[in-house]
Amino acid sequence: MADLESVSAPLAASVSTSASSVPIATVPPRHSLLVRVTHWITTLCFLALLVTGAELVISHPRFYWGETGNDLTTPLFKLHIPASRRLVPSGYGYVLPDQNGWSRYLHFQSAWIVILTGLFYVLSFFFTGHLRKNLLPAKSDLSLRAFWTAFAKNLRLRRPPAAEAWSYNLLQRLAYLFVIFVLFPLVIWTGLAMSPAFVSAFPFTVNSLGGQQSARTLHFFVSLALVLFLFVHVAMVFMAGFWSRTRAMITGRPGTRTEGT
Amino acid sequence: MSNISRRKLIVTGLAAGAAGLGVAARLAQHYGLVPPDHRGIYGLGETLTYASQRLLTRHSLAREFSSSQISKPPFANEIEPLTDEFKRLQAGGFAEWRLSVNGMVARPASFSLDQLKSYPSHTQITMLQCEEGWSYIAEWVGTPLSRVLDVVGVFPQARYVVYFSIEPDTWDSIDMADALHPQTFLTYGMNGHELPVGHGGPLRMRVPRQLGYKNVKFITHITVTDDLKKFGKGLGSVAPEFGYAWYAGI
Repeated sequence: MADLESVSAPLAASVSTSASSVPIATVPPRHSLLVRVTHWITTLCFLALLVTGAELVISHPRFYWGETGNDLTTPLFKLHIPASRRLVPSGYGYVLPDQNGWSRYLHFQSAWIVILTGLFYVLSFFFTGHLRKNLLPAKSDLSLRAFWTAFAKNLRLRRPPAAEAWSYNLLQRLAYLFVIFVLFPLVIWTGLAMSPAFVSAFPFTVNSLGGQQSARTLHFFVSLALVLFLFVHVAMVFMAGFWSRTRAMITGRPGTRTEGT
Repeated sequence: MSNISRRKLIVTGLAAGAAGLGVAARLAQHYGLVPPDHRGIYGLGETLTYASQRLLTRHSLAREFSSSQISKPPFANEIEPLTDEFKRLQAGGFAEWRLSVNGMVARPASFSLDQLKSYPSHTQITMLQCEEGWSYIAEWVGTPLSRVLDVVGVFPQARYVVYFSIEPDTWDSIDMADALHPQTFLTYGMNGHELPVGHGGPLRMRVPRQLGYKNVKFITHITVTDDLKKFGKGLGSVAPEFGYAWYAGI
């Protein structure tokens, strides 16, 4: 946190001298420090979870439904990729190097950090009003018409007006709420449901999903949904002006109007 | 907020955080919540996992299944080529197989398989989960490890049970919570038969609340200790020497 402060301070200062005579420090930042720090911690952890998760899948690229599944049982589906273990019938004549050791360590460590960061972020709603101000759609937006207007606007793939750099639009709000309150909880739940020790204390967490292998399969699909969100999110950032939006998420300020055009 | 007061706040916060972490580490160490492989860059995640699961799952029982859920046939993972010593014992029907128990115990002893089988046998239908992702359910028959530990009389200061395979460089360890857990078995039977060699017969450590690799095959020796630093590289088992976590309850 101290590091980010020292990085952002000089950048903000340079912006304020070049932009206008208005002292920019008096304008509240586009993204609060809390949002910026939790955003980038989450980004790093998510990428680590994604890479290590893919490594773990490679050691057994078969998915099942129910309690159990192994090379002797029929999979629900399998990925047609080479495997990192000799016994898995991958259909390839070679075996990839085993990366599960560090992948597991890093997967669980990133999971801990992102869960604690997420808890901190969600608990901060009670003090910052971030949920009400920035995430929940306005009452007037909660109509099918408003939704279609926003959707059609996004489909046109045009750069949004500059004013939008200062608040989330309706689709953004709905997507972020879905990720925060549906996908993240689901991916944590399905992950924990694979832990033999955790489910020994809380068996309903796996029984309700249909079994340990079902939990693994669901964990895979929820992760895919999160990857889909990541792609759309980054594509939207590119459309809106990559440097301006990325700078806003690092320093808190989108930069001058002329930049990024 | 001015820069100076913000800096002050951050410095104070960091100092308080560091002091808090120090106290937490001391407490965790005292209550046995720190795994032996807690050093290195992944130590934080490992310690959080082990500590939180020890607090939540000390006495919880692994899920048991009905006999209709037993996987037919159970999947046997690859095993290393068997040693000559193993083949010799196998040729004799494992009559000469011995399990020696020593360390922090009042009466070190050596058990034959028949002796182990003379204790009341226990059965569990539980899942074996490999870290790779596959799993199966089997009925396991054996003597609870706690029974054997009772017979040899474990000293109260004991903290870990280290178990060794007849295979070279194959050993692991569990804490007393797992060692005294009613589902931790010295297993000699599976699905109504003798435990097949492919599944670790004649004697396999069964720790159903942890992943497959903690369930070491071909057990011949057990040592009770209060300090894992004396074994191998001091990381609690061979697994961390190959980059895998010591605690595998995940």
